[in-house]
Amino acid sequence: MDKLIKNYDSGDFFDELIEPSGSARPPAKQLLKYLDSLSAEELEKRRLTAEATVQEMGISFTVYTEEGNIDRAWPFDIIPRTIDAKDWAVTEAGLKQRLTALNRFIDDLYHDQNCIKDGIIPEHIIKDSKNFRPECVGVSPAFGVWAHICGTDLVRDHDGKFYVLEDNLRVPSGVSYMLENRAITKRVLPELFENDDIQPNGSYPAELFETLAALSPRKIDRPEIVVLTPGIYNSAYFEHAFLAQQMGVELVEGSDMFVGDDNCVYMKTIYGPERVDVIYRRIDDLFIDPEAFNPESVLGVPGLMRAWKAGNVALANAPGAGVADDKVVYAYVPALIRYYLNEEPILPNVETYLCEDPEQQAFVLANLDKLVVKPANESGGYGMLVGPHSTKKEQQTFAELIKANPRNYIAQPTLKLSTAPTLIGTGALEPRHLDLRPFILQSRNTYVTTGGLTRVAMKKGSLVVNSSQGGGSKDTWIVETKGE
Amino acid sequence: MLSRVAERLYWSARYLERVENIARLVSVYDDLLYDLPRDIAVSWYNLVEINSGVEFYNQRYKVRDEHNVLKFMLADDTNPGSLLSSLKMVRENIRTTRDVVPGEMWELINELDLYARQNIKQGINRSVRHAYLNTIIEGCQKIIGLLTGTMDRHAGWHFIMMGRFLERADMNTRILDAANFQMQHSQEEESVKLGQVVWSKVLKSQSAYLSFRRTMRCSISGASVVTFMLTDACFPRSQRYCLEQVKAAAATLPRYGIIAANVDKLLKITNGVEHSTDLNEKFSEYLNEVQLGMIALHHQITENWFHFQQGDAA
Repeated sequence: MDKLIKNYDSGDFFDELIEPSGSARPPAKQLLKYLDSLSAEELEKRRLTAEATVQEMGISFTVYTEEGNIDRAWPFDIIPRTIDAKDWAVTEAGLKQRLTALNRFIDDLYHDQNCIKDGIIPEHIIKDSKNFRPECVGVSPAFGVWAHICGTDLVRDHDGKFYVLEDNLRVPSGVSYMLENRAITKRVLPELFENDDIQPNGSYPAELFETLAALSPRKIDRPEIVVLTPGIYNSAYFEHAFLAQQMGVELVEGSDMFVGDDNCVYMKTIYGPERVDVIYRRIDDLFIDPEAFNPESVLGVPGLMRAWKAGNVALANAPGAGVADDKVVYAYVPALIRYYLNEEPILPNVETYLCEDPEQQAFVLANLDKLVVKPANESGGYGMLVGPHSTKKEQQTFAELIKANPRNYIAQPTLKLSTAPTLIGTGALEPRHLDLRPFILQSRNTYVTTGGLTRVAMKKGSLVVNSSQGGGSKDTWIVETKGE
Repeated sequence: MLSRVAERLYWSARYLERVENIARLVSVYDDLLYDLPRDIAVSWYNLVEINSGVEFYNQRYKVRDEHNVLKFMLADDTNPGSLLSSLKMVRENIRTTRDVVPGEMWELINELDLYARQNIKQGINRSVRHAYLNTIIEGCQKIIGLLTGTMDRHAGWHFIMMGRFLERADMNTRILDAANFQMQHSQEEESVKLGQVVWSKVLKSQSAYLSFRRTMRCSISGASVVTFMLTDACFPRSQRYCLEQVKAAAATLPRYGIIAANVDKLLKITNGVEHSTDLNEKFSEYLNEVQLGMIALHHQITENWFHFQQGDAA
């Protein structure tokens, strides 16, 4: 045990696998003992196997660069991250609670807006939200659910507690990588799956299928479900194809479908038009229907909103669900949980400062070098200021941005993101920061993935885990530690 | 089945067949080198002509030697007909239709693509070329085997069959034309010993040697080989067999009448050759006519299924 982690030191960060005393945390005991039994050469051999497996499995994501799009192999670290099953049960309950409240909130916004009338959330926040869609007012999707698929980002702070960093309710990516990470790890460290009690995570595609099938407006045995992709140049195309294949449904592009005179959606097949019941869309709201939104867009289907509002097709996630994705709305989620469910939130938010509040703004402006500033509606780590890693000039720029448009910015303390041992160089484990993105499904039932996608900042000291920003990933194990 | 997906499956099968056939063709030439009498020079440049690559080639290369031809045929990514380009097209088409093919298909095509790229030098250098080309052919066979063993016989499968057999028939006429050309351009006194070598290589290139022996029970000559490769009903790479397969696949799909009629027209002109003296300029023109017929058939397939027709709803 001592060989591999002899010099391992995560400083004052919470480490997922190693206790401050230097011994393994209970769910990581078997894993570290096994890894320690391998020689440095053997470990390197496993790493190379993983690299080859990633290439053969064709696991990639697309990065936009000035030289054009590059289909990049998925950066993968073979050392899994472990979480105690008992801890996870609590987190899972917290996520279910959170998503139930968020969906109640979205549905309320597009109907009576009681949360505003009752003073839970200020009206102007909704009015100024980039993702509130007036087109959706009055629409009642099945089960009152708008965000059917959510990827919620969790981080562990130095106190070892999970905090919610953000909710991704529009078109969250990453679940296919979570599944492929497990497939690679099984090939690379097969011995571990014999001895350790690792919970399987493979049922997601089946759960997703059930979630989508339950939405079908036609109550028929075999509703036609499709995954709508913007096409091969999208960074998550790999995932779109993966999910369609795993569910056994068609992967369609906008041009493969049309809306008929009867306001129903059809796809173009060799037999002629075939009616579509449920669309899992992986295209942003504003591109799904050039008739209703951006007339320039060629990605979507003209008339799709008409068909959806007429109740002839289900859209997952529903248009307008992104209103709850707003980072300003995020600050109100604990209050929304208390309001809609009359329960105390199980999972805490990260402390958040709203720049539109003069007092909080003053604090943010005075502490730009210590805080992380985020725009309300970006994703993929774009447009952020990471205070401690920023220059005076960048802070200046952000101060102006915030003053010009305070509603669009929030700030959070720089978290001491937890670390986990990551294989760097030959046979050396070093701490790297990471986060966790579990996926939550909701329609007739609610389901949370077993664990989620762990993203790792591969650069020493870096807090940036996004794959589009060069982050990597590792398998996530929920481990039963009963009887120890 | 989406029209777009049907089209991509059809093309992925065509390109996959093309990859295999390029490898076969090159390996025949490679083999030919060792067998030909010393005084007969084999022109590697022939390969470029067979594959209608003359214009591309001349833009890129001055010297028509073995190394350049091999580079052009196998590695050149500016040549859309090269082995690596074709392989890339298989991969792109599968990448966009992964939801309808067996899951392992994606892994196998990645494996083959990685191997072909990482070892391309082995294909160009003579000493290990055979092993390289053989691995490529085996890789293609593995994929076809996977599909045959695990893929649903739904519309997607039939589009794959149409693509595969149309491409194979097309290559069949090109190989026969190449042999015919070689014979036409040899000296009278060479042609007897050359004939033996060339026509048996044609059979070997198509893995048809043993089948020819058992079926035809006659000596290897231009006439007997051409007749076998055009008309044999049972050999899976003969012209007749390929066309029948295209027709059978089409028959499972809607609006197949016009395709069947087109195939029948081609089948009607698929006949054997009486004497080796019939293998001349006119035979070359005949093969050309067949190739045009197959191009027309391809356009018909595109028109019939890949351009979405709103007409008959399912």
